[in-house]
Amino acid sequence: MTTETAPTGTGSAAQPAQAHEMTLMGALRANMRDYGLLLALILIMLFFQYFTNGVLFKPVNLTNIILQNSYIIVMALGMLLVIVAGHIDLSVGSVSGFIGALAAMLMVGWNFPPELAFLAHPLVAGAICLVAGAAIGAAQGYIIAYHRVPAFIVTLAGMLIFKGLSLAILAGKSVGPFPAEFQMLSAGFIPDIVGPITMPWLAENGQNVVLHSTTMVIAILAIVGMVFFSIRGRGRRLARGYDVEPFSLFIIKNVVIAALVLFFAYMLASYRGLPNVLVVMGVLIAFFVFMTKRLTFGRRIYALGGNLKAAALSGIKTERTTFYIFAIMGALAALAGMIYAARLNSATPKAGQGLELDVIAAVFIGGASALGGVGQVAGAVIGAFIMGVMNNGMSIMGVNIDWQQMIKGVVLLAAVFFDLYNKNRSA
Amino acid sequence: MTKTILEMRGITKTFPGVKALSDVNLDVREGEIHAICGENGAGKSTLMKVLSGVYPTGSYDGQIIYQGEEQHFKSISDSEHKGIVIIHQELALVPLLSIAENIFLGNEQAKGGIIDWDETRDGARKLLKMVGLKEDPDTLITNIGVGKQQLVEIAKALSKQVQLLILDEPTASLSEKDSQALLDLLLEFKKRGITSIIISHKLNEISRIADRVTVIRDGKSIETMNTEDITEDRIITSMVGRALNDRYPSRTPNVGEVVLEVRNWNVFHPQHRERQIIRDVNISLRKGEVVGIAGLMGSGRTEFAMSVFGKSYGQKISGEVFVNGQKVDTSSVDKSIRNGIAYATEDRKTYGLNLIDHIKHNTTIANLMGVSRWGVIDDLAELDAANDYRKKTNIRSSSVYQVVGNLSGGNQQKVVLSKWLYANPDVLILDEPTRGIDVGAKYEIYTIINQLAAQGKAILVISSEMPELLGITDRLYVMNEGRIVGEMPTSEASQEKIMRSIVRAEGKAS
Repeated sequence: MTTETAPTGTGSAAQPAQAHEMTLMGALRANMRDYGLLLALILIMLFFQYFTNGVLFKPVNLTNIILQNSYIIVMALGMLLVIVAGHIDLSVGSVSGFIGALAAMLMVGWNFPPELAFLAHPLVAGAICLVAGAAIGAAQGYIIAYHRVPAFIVTLAGMLIFKGLSLAILAGKSVGPFPAEFQMLSAGFIPDIVGPITMPWLAENGQNVVLHSTTMVIAILAIVGMVFFSIRGRGRRLARGYDVEPFSLFIIKNVVIAALVLFFAYMLASYRGLPNVLVVMGVLIAFFVFMTKRLTFGRRIYALGGNLKAAALSGIKTERTTFYIFAIMGALAALAGMIYAARLNSATPKAGQGLELDVIAAVFIGGASALGGVGQVAGAVIGAFIMGVMNNGMSIMGVNIDWQQMIKGVVLLAAVFFDLYNKNRSA
Repeated sequence: MTKTILEMRGITKTFPGVKALSDVNLDVREGEIHAICGENGAGKSTLMKVLSGVYPTGSYDGQIIYQGEEQHFKSISDSEHKGIVIIHQELALVPLLSIAENIFLGNEQAKGGIIDWDETRDGARKLLKMVGLKEDPDTLITNIGVGKQQLVEIAKALSKQVQLLILDEPTASLSEKDSQALLDLLLEFKKRGITSIIISHKLNEISRIADRVTVIRDGKSIETMNTEDITEDRIITSMVGRALNDRYPSRTPNVGEVVLEVRNWNVFHPQHRERQIIRDVNISLRKGEVVGIAGLMGSGRTEFAMSVFGKSYGQKISGEVFVNGQKVDTSSVDKSIRNGIAYATEDRKTYGLNLIDHIKHNTTIANLMGVSRWGVIDDLAELDAANDYRKKTNIRSSSVYQVVGNLSGGNQQKVVLSKWLYANPDVLILDEPTRGIDVGAKYEIYTIINQLAAQGKAILVISSEMPELLGITDRLYVMNEGRIVGEMPTSEASQEKIMRSIVRAEGKAS
């Protein structure tokens, strides 16, 4: 499918005079899927806002939603690549659990001799964990890419192996707590270098609203950057004679996104500011969007997922690309495992179990095709948030875990069903 | 006056934004072979899908009168019940089931859900005899060739008490010999009173077996001709709406020095290590030259081309490749491309295109370096390139963002060409460049080939259509059983001469 969010262009370089705007409806229809998913997320949030009597949008709760889902989103980024390439990775939950265990043993569990004590330093241990994760992913990727064993089987085996390995190295016990520096990964917030701002006119029940102003500054910078790049991109398209989306839609889109960013930044700022993990996530999401849309590496993933044989005959090194994808997935599973462990402040033998299913569900809700070749990073992230908001909202409402599972299952099925239904109707 | 078995009146079918058929009329007489001709995208397949119930009643306007009654088919099984069976271009057989199992698939010879294997085999044997296929009914589909698979499809149709058999491009992927056998079979069926509708691009076949021809153009039925009026020229004129005086554009060759040379090329079968597929092949191509490789199906032409192009076929490959006098490494596709060799496959859907992606991405995928720096793609440069080649190859689409899977065969082939032109090779190998595409689009592709040659590219064309090779090449190699058995300037070549070198080689081999 198209990886453009921009509307279609029929202009050609030779005839710049043809440049014109598309109709509003045409542009909306062209990007319906992207808007639809975001709209679904917003509707779900409003639904729970109402049924939780306003708890969902409380600053502390929004911060919680981000913290609770960060590791899912981190893994969903890698899983998107895996699924677009036409594979699947069932091992990510176990691998993340294993890496959490490894992190705990490095920092807490193992008593290193003094000359090796540096291994227990959180930064060194973190680096070792990332490399270990990438190596695990690479090993699975090697078997999948070069020996053509189906990914389903290789990663199913991996799931069992690493589940067992975490049990083994933890000797069946929980290990913790972690050093404070490591906990900062999940529990920390960015420092307020600008200094807090008290907003007495927004006082509620006699309590002043104190804003974490660095968070607001970062949000405003992000918005300025976004607007700058979208204006520049639009200008360049027009200058080269290509169609652009209607000006009205362009303005609406930018205003809506800016408003949403400001709103969430304000929410976070009135609690404790930007969580560290959100910064990590934000950077990763931005990089993966760039990778899938602009890097040749990303393009090759879509090409080989869309038609493996044609990609190979176009000079794409399909084996090597597949290998890298799984290595990236492994590194992300490692990062997620550390975030998870840091959040719980201990590594447990059960950590990470079943996470792979949440991650895979997020990617499919986000519109990826099980046949490969189709899927967007933004979709996977929104898909993960849809699952996350539902978990959070239902928990606040006091819905039992059995019902939660069933409802999530139905939502996954419905999302994919409507996606296919729409596709068939338009085909 | 024979009875009319089928009458389709005023059929109109619209898809969102497109009128695929408008007021199409078709009448088919009992016991005749009725051909339907038209360019790709003219609406032939859509019409057949309306007839067979793929598009259920209500989703189109117009009437279908079959055996004197108006029909409202809701699904394929409805139409099959009435004895209308359609055999699609892409065969619908299960490769790992046996011939007998495939013939009775969905119609198992069973009592109370338990399959009666004796009945199944006996029935299959009888049907296979009717279609003249000498194979054990227990043979797996995957172990027989495409020609025989086609016969199994027909046997399957017979098992359903077929009265009206529809064949969509039945000979598109068959060799000359298999095609002949199939056409003879249709004539045999005609004697037995089975009516056939055949959709085909091969005008010589149509004029050989069809009683009447209906031509469809741009979703409208243009005319129906009787046998005595059928000539290839007449059909072409009707199909394209204008007289095509020359089916091959003319060209003045301007041949320069040698660009590609392949020496002592030997290739073995990818699975059977002992089976040699290509033996001591030596060929050369010059700048600005269009060279053809003629040969029968299975003579090793595709295997030769693919083994040269990044060792994409076979094992134990030996031999040398020279481009512009330099010995080059073609051990991977990407090295071959970098050394100026491109290969456009004969099977664009399986090996050529990412059907779910749009024209833009398909155009640049073999040369992403051309639109990127440090691995970052320049969006607008890519858009420029895609638009440029869309125009150069005259792809008919709403924009470069149209999904390739929705294009007609001819336009898909132009996307394949765009992709390889954008990679800017010195040598372009075109494997069956006009397979399954209509006369108008063929002419456009020949024109592109001529332009490329004029630009100084060396072009190697593999084709099973001898008139095409004779029409567009400067020089011909003849290949048989993995060897080059003849070489001649096209000006001195003829179909007879080519066949003679093949037959002579066969004589020598045995």
